[in-house]
Amino acid sequence: MRQSVLPVLTVVAGIFVIWYLASIWLNAAWAYDKATRSGEELGVVALVADTWSQEKPKLPAPHQVGVEIWDTTIEKKITSKRSLIYHSWITLSATLLGFALGTGLGIALAVGIVYNRTMDMSVMPWVIASQTIPILAIAPMIIVVLNAVGISGLLPKAMISMYLSFFPVVVGMVKGLRSPDAMQLDQMRTWNASPSQTFWRLRLPSSMPYLFTSLKIGMAASLVGAIVGELPTGAVAGLGARLLAGSYYGQTIQIWSALIMAAALAAALVAIIGLLQRVTLRRMGMA
Amino acid sequence: MIVEQLKDATEFHRVEPVISAKNLDLTFQTNDGPVHALKDVSLQIGKGEFVSFIGPSGCGKTTFLRCMADLEHPTSGEITVNGVSPEEARKARSYGYVFQAAGLYPWRTIGGNIRLPLEIMGYSKHDQAERVARVLELVELAGFEKKYPWQLSGGMQQRASIARALAFDADILLMDEPFGALDEIVRDHLNEQLLSLWARTEKTIAFVTHSIPEAVYLSTKIVVMSPRPGRITDVIESPLPKERPLDIRDTPEFLEVAHRVREGLRAGHLDD
Amino acid sequence: MIWLIFAFGVWGLGWWVNTRLAAAPRTRVTGLVVPLIFGITLIAIWEGVVRGLEISPVLLPAPSMIAARFVASTDILWEDFVQTVIKGALSGYVLGCGSAFLVAILVDRYDFLRQGLLPVGNFVAALPVIGMAPILVMWFGFDWQSKAAVVVVMVFFPMLVNTVQGLADSSAMQRDLMRTYAAGYWATLLKLRLPAAMPFIFNGLKIASTLALIGAIVAEFFGSPIRGMGFRISTSVGQLALDLVWAEIVVAAVVGSAFYGIVALVERAVTFWHPSQRHS
Repeated sequence: MRQSVLPVLTVVAGIFVIWYLASIWLNAAWAYDKATRSGEELGVVALVADTWSQEKPKLPAPHQVGVEIWDTTIEKKITSKRSLIYHSWITLSATLLGFALGTGLGIALAVGIVYNRTMDMSVMPWVIASQTIPILAIAPMIIVVLNAVGISGLLPKAMISMYLSFFPVVVGMVKGLRSPDAMQLDQMRTWNASPSQTFWRLRLPSSMPYLFTSLKIGMAASLVGAIVGELPTGAVAGLGARLLAGSYYGQTIQIWSALIMAAALAAALVAIIGLLQRVTLRRMGMA
Repeated sequence: MIVEQLKDATEFHRVEPVISAKNLDLTFQTNDGPVHALKDVSLQIGKGEFVSFIGPSGCGKTTFLRCMADLEHPTSGEITVNGVSPEEARKARSYGYVFQAAGLYPWRTIGGNIRLPLEIMGYSKHDQAERVARVLELVELAGFEKKYPWQLSGGMQQRASIARALAFDADILLMDEPFGALDEIVRDHLNEQLLSLWARTEKTIAFVTHSIPEAVYLSTKIVVMSPRPGRITDVIESPLPKERPLDIRDTPEFLEVAHRVREGLRAGHLDD
Repeated sequence: MIWLIFAFGVWGLGWWVNTRLAAAPRTRVTGLVVPLIFGITLIAIWEGVVRGLEISPVLLPAPSMIAARFVASTDILWEDFVQTVIKGALSGYVLGCGSAFLVAILVDRYDFLRQGLLPVGNFVAALPVIGMAPILVMWFGFDWQSKAAVVVVMVFFPMLVNTVQGLADSSAMQRDLMRTYAAGYWATLLKLRLPAAMPFIFNGLKIASTLALIGAIVAEFFGSPIRGMGFRISTSVGQLALDLVWAEIVVAAVVGSAFYGIVALVERAVTFWHPSQRHS
């Protein structure tokens, strides 16, 4: 782990260098355009300075995004409609609600599939097939239909998140609950253990590594679901709405700051699950 | 107390063996046609015997053991364990089964692993602790109760799994190549320990192995099996005394028994 | 009312048949028939409930209505399919996976780069990359080029991470064997490491196939010419023409499964030796 710190830092630094260079390259046209109109000659230093500080650049420089994030989080009141924390919270709440619902349903269905042969044979192929389908495409429809029956706000977005996080959890948990090998199941049989004893003492603990792996996937999917779910609501609030509003008005810095915020949110959520995973598995002696 | 005495009394009068198989047949249906895992297998195992099953892979020795444990169901024939069907014996928890791999749960300590069958069988907390301590003593693992399986060597893990099979006082121990994955030096040591454990507990042990010295060293009775179809080709009563130090393996008696086993195995192969 | 009874009847019947079939030994036929019956039952219940409760087609159109719409508007669906799948998803898929593959081989040569890129790649693969869509639409315009760009960005990292991991998968013993043959870098790459990496590469390709379609459709929500599946879905939802939306979703589902299926078939042909393929 430690020996990869330096390489990772190098790669991250490399990304920043490329980002800065790209922003010079992409924004240069506009800078030259401005210069010719005002009849100035643009030197290298002036060019770089200009490309890194335009108001609506094609690609904002990292520090511009940083400043924008600073302004809209630390400097703004949380209740303000312009606060990025406010928008992040809107998205986060839908993400978490949907994730919790999806995980709960997913685990329940996985238990059903593992213990009921009919369900296994009927439902499982469809669950697997549904993973190959771009289910995100139905997001706008869910939002509009639920709006039409009077459900709006948090719940429709959470439904999309639930839907997206549901499938990875089912697939992972079915795998996990089936992970005990024949020997371990035979052993339970020699002790004449009841099905519920086998479940609580063998199947469930064995499934933990699988559960956490699918929770991470489910959480990432859930956030994507919440963001996409915010697109068709007419850009009211949330990170998805910020993305959409930014793209309407060409506010690239705003788009990038929302994007970075979404990335940070995803990273934090997945990291929390990763932490839980490490603690749990270590206590269970599996890591 | 009274129950104990009654049990002793019935034990005294009972003449039937602990495990009895009569004309056992077991056929698996596979994609390549039926496989005769067991054919016309008959055997009686008396109380307190140490019976080894030896033979090449596919001879049905493990299948036979699994039939005793109600993990496999014979196609025809009769088998009783403690005078009842294997299923009833399993439900009465009258045997402990040791698999080839230790199969300890990594998320439970050694003590927790041994406690697992006791929890399932509903022993009281106090009873559990007592039994765990006792069987750990029995397999010489006292003091390792709080350790996790992966902190122990392979031999110690296998000892823990034997302790787990001993914990609930079944008088039959079914062991399926329990030392197969261990190196010879550890194996010798465990064989010695197993013998002394058998002498102290007076359990009936059925032991599957593919090592001739191991079978001869441990058993009072050696059952030689051969494949296609799986069947018993020879049953050898060992003339060796009950007290067996490791160097008994260099005595002529030992070598003679080993020779007979080898002959039996070869005979089984002749008709291939 | 009759329709509701019909729905419940079909449900009961379907479940009963499936329970009977599931109790029988598993064969190829029951493995196919049981989920099929389940699917048909679901559609029948859907039809029955929609008709029985007289649910407005603005909320949930009945399957029969969706099917009718599908047949009636094949020309629109085809046009959208070409725009989104062929032009957007497929070109982006080829470009993204191809470049990720080449970068992976490059990265693999340098241990330092691999150690640095793997965690970063894993990190990026978990991010909501789809959010890049509005930016890429601004850069590459409304037409399919921007959709392809979104797809490239989405599939690049999962593919990269999988390929790099795969290239590192050959065992030390196998590599030592190549050394005893005095095999050079390219010989080792072609004869040992690439074949050994194939299961990983195909895993990446399969993940990417799903992502490609999602990327191409969702990117159209941020702006597109007046055709494309994502465009049709978002505008038809606005016009409350839900039957057309569902028809598009049917197309998306079929395309998604077919895309994945094709990759899986190729995988089976290429990595027939891998344990995961031998059993099935």
